[in-house]
Amino acid sequence: MDYFLRCLKFILPAAKVTLLLTVAALALGLVLGLLLAVARIYGRPPARSFAAIYSRVVRSLPTLVVLFLVYSFVTIVFGIRGVTTAVIALTACTAAYQSEIFRGAIQSLGTGQMAAARSLGMTKSVAVRSVIIPQALRLAIPSWSNEAAIVLKDSSLASAIGTTEIFRRAQQIGAANHDYLPAFLACGLIYFCLTFLTNRVLDYVQKRYRLKL
Amino acid sequence: MTEPILRVENIHKAYGPTEVLRGVSVDVRPGEVVVIIGPSGTGKSTLLRCVNQLTPPDQGRVWLKDVELTDKRTDINKARERIGMVFQDFNLFTHLTALQNVMLGLTKVKRMKPTAARAKAVMELEKVGLADKADLYPAELSGGQKQRAAIARSLAMDPEVMLFDEPTSALDPELIGEVLEVMQDLAAEGMTMLVVSHEMGFAREVADRIIFLENGVIADEGPPEQFFTNPKNPRTREFLWKLTELYGNHGEKGSRRSGRRGR
Repeated sequence: MDYFLRCLKFILPAAKVTLLLTVAALALGLVLGLLLAVARIYGRPPARSFAAIYSRVVRSLPTLVVLFLVYSFVTIVFGIRGVTTAVIALTACTAAYQSEIFRGAIQSLGTGQMAAARSLGMTKSVAVRSVIIPQALRLAIPSWSNEAAIVLKDSSLASAIGTTEIFRRAQQIGAANHDYLPAFLACGLIYFCLTFLTNRVLDYVQKRYRLKL
Repeated sequence: MTEPILRVENIHKAYGPTEVLRGVSVDVRPGEVVVIIGPSGTGKSTLLRCVNQLTPPDQGRVWLKDVELTDKRTDINKARERIGMVFQDFNLFTHLTALQNVMLGLTKVKRMKPTAARAKAVMELEKVGLADKADLYPAELSGGQKQRAAIARSLAMDPEVMLFDEPTSALDPELIGEVLEVMQDLAAEGMTMLVVSHEMGFAREVADRIIFLENGVIADEGPPEQFFTNPKNPRTREFLWKLTELYGNHGEKGSRRSGRRGR
């Protein structure tokens, strides 16, 4: 028990890194995912194809493979290391998944909303920004909170390229003491709490901003 | 005779191999109310959408006064500000209250200050009798209230022409009257209106002219008295008779709002 608490104490500070990875990847992925979804539905043909191909390719690759691809590429080309690399890779992945979430949400709105906005004289981009996106974001919250939980847990993969987040700390203390089970139990407990909290927060957001349909 | 405010010239539109419109021309003079009727699938809605270019026609031209809407060089967004449109299924913005729905075009398109936009929106909602519902969301409104809010949203832009695409077809029968009343008031104020509707009572009382569209062409056209009592085309007689059979004695005076609902 004493060792378990020591593990918790040792791992817990790394929760900051896990949260940083998660929040950064989710936020950047939200922006990129929305752009991709809008490009896919309202864009000109080249933008449309790019968004479709990007989403198809990235979603076909394991996150771990994307991590190593980005790691190799970014480290060689830009000389960037560490957390930034992990954020880029996780963003690249979640952007693809989020683009599908937003695409579904936008399509479920139907064409009437766009027609009404355009009939008032709005340009396509104003209509997208002030009519389509606000509604799509609200509709997307349930699927998005699922994606948030996935990204939180996938951030553990960043340990493979040397990012010292929760999982890597657990490995470290386990290895140092040749006693892994309590270390990973502590690690699992922290993930559980973080996921639980994230879901509660997003549930609240969903209730607060739910579209009355 | 005054110059037409809206000129629709020889419109053709096909979806794949199906020709929906096969050369339709309509002139609408200022203050005129033109009601378009016809069996479903004859391109009534498509014709309206071709007017404000929501559906660009394959062929033909549309003029709003001296602006050609079908001209690629025309700023279509500027032109659409001048043409209001009301849809069958309302299409209110679900994330905004009735008031915010009316305000959005004013702030985003006309670039009005929020306070001025709010004042105008309140006025428009008052005009359609929804002042007390301003802060409700579309989901909290009845169908008739939704459609009235949608009309207010269009009117807020101060359009010169209003297009109505079966504005009462998605409503429960008892809610149709309140929407028709708003439209009738609007017509009385001198608004130019192009209305797709099967409300024969409305057509008879309010329309200056009725157009019978069938198979993508205008099969018959005339003022309501002539149209109802002595149609030129035998198909018109047949169509009107079918509506009578289904929905009661629509053509008679005084039968307005007595629960007939054409489709």
